[in-house]
Amino acid sequence: MIVKRNAHTGNRMSCGLGSLLSCVMASTARAQNEQTVFEPVSDHAEGIVWLWWAMFWVGAVIFLAVMLLLAVGLWRARRPNSGLGESASRNLVIAAGVAIPLVILLTLVGGSLMLGRSIAADPPPNVMRVRVTGWMWWWQVDYLDQDGKVIASTANEIHVPVGRPVEVQLISADVIHSFWVPQLHGKTDVMPGQLNSTWFTAEKAGVYRGQCAEFCGVQHALMAFLVIAEAETDFRRWLERQAAPAEMPENPRARFGLEVFLDRGCASCHTVRGTDAQGNIGPDLTHLASRRTLAAVTIPNTRGHLGGWISDPHSVKEGVFMPRTLLEPEELTALTVYLETLE
Amino acid sequence: MGNKVVIIGKLWRLMLPIALALLSGCGERASVPELPARADVKRGRQLAEQVGCGSCHRIPGIPSANGQVGPPLEGLAERAYIAGILPNHFDTLAAWIAEPQRFAPNSAMPNLGLSEDQARDIAAYLYSQGRRNIQTGEEF
Repeated sequence: MIVKRNAHTGNRMSCGLGSLLSCVMASTARAQNEQTVFEPVSDHAEGIVWLWWAMFWVGAVIFLAVMLLLAVGLWRARRPNSGLGESASRNLVIAAGVAIPLVILLTLVGGSLMLGRSIAADPPPNVMRVRVTGWMWWWQVDYLDQDGKVIASTANEIHVPVGRPVEVQLISADVIHSFWVPQLHGKTDVMPGQLNSTWFTAEKAGVYRGQCAEFCGVQHALMAFLVIAEAETDFRRWLERQAAPAEMPENPRARFGLEVFLDRGCASCHTVRGTDAQGNIGPDLTHLASRRTLAAVTIPNTRGHLGGWISDPHSVKEGVFMPRTLLEPEELTALTVYLETLE
Repeated sequence: MGNKVVIIGKLWRLMLPIALALLSGCGERASVPELPARADVKRGRQLAEQVGCGSCHRIPGIPSANGQVGPPLEGLAERAYIAGILPNHFDTLAAWIAEPQRFAPNSAMPNLGLSEDQARDIAAYLYSQGRRNIQTGEEF
């Protein structure tokens, strides 16, 4: 699920000039769980892809028409005195050079503006609010109640109920990022010091990959996240779990892992609610084990990856702000065992 | 003319066993251990990627595997020892992957909870890494 690019690369490689169209068609039938704008699951994304296709077909028809005119011109030019008369030339330029482009461009601009307006409209009143904070290079996700108070915090994973509108309030903790889930909505910039927002309604259950769409530094390309749309009851259960503090582990090794977490520096940056770990410059790890991926969808959340990530984050995601941790092997083992209890 | 042919024929008969012996050595390195039939190289590659070997090790053939926590696994098949403590046989490698702490209680390499078969698949991939499947000749 994570970085399966093979099928995609294959498509791209087979694209010659002549097979552009078939290439575009082929890329619409890609594997699940990859990022694509061609399989929209919300009204907004559907509008965007509709406009995209409209522009594509209009452009294709114009291209063919121009090529046809060029061919006719070249063909006629072989004969002497084959030029159009003065008035015919003028009419052609006025029609094909001014009138038709004007109509087409105005129509497309009108379509864009109308779509933009419908996307920028206020969300319906039953909207659920999530605040997403962009960090170099991960996403903090806070679920808000009616009064804007944080119910639960997680990272790089946004669960939403199917069929319910979700407003995402966006702010950056450092540089400019951009929030984009191609199957759900258009890009929205994430600015430091300015709250932007976007909203969408996922109409189909599934896992939709999103990513930062504004170059934000060395690991911009690995600043991804997942939107998981699920049935309302599953979502409620998930949110309730995320809102709860972490439980004290029973297992002695996991308890030792918690000590490691508190004593060896992890807690300076990370929070585990229900413990003394209250750091707030890295992701909240209260329910780390419930997440599918680590390091903003860079690696799957498995014991092997987790151990490697903790030991040397830089070989997984070069430039990341999390430092290497030179733990004793038994500390590392205990720490991973502890983190795996945070479900 | 006829004599020459006979002489060449005789020489050839003499050289044939030598030529065959040389040819049979071509294409595979003598030190590459044979893979047991039960292990599946392709599945081993997928497993290695999924369970996270690559976050600690560099593994040829898996682009995302460029960890520097443990040793790189290029040419693992040719090494004499695994983890500096175990003679490098297929079965030993599989056992090491399945449960490092059995051999080195203080190893930082985690027990990933792999089944015996899964560990053998990964071992098979590591033995054939970055090259062709030794059994089928397919590239992976």
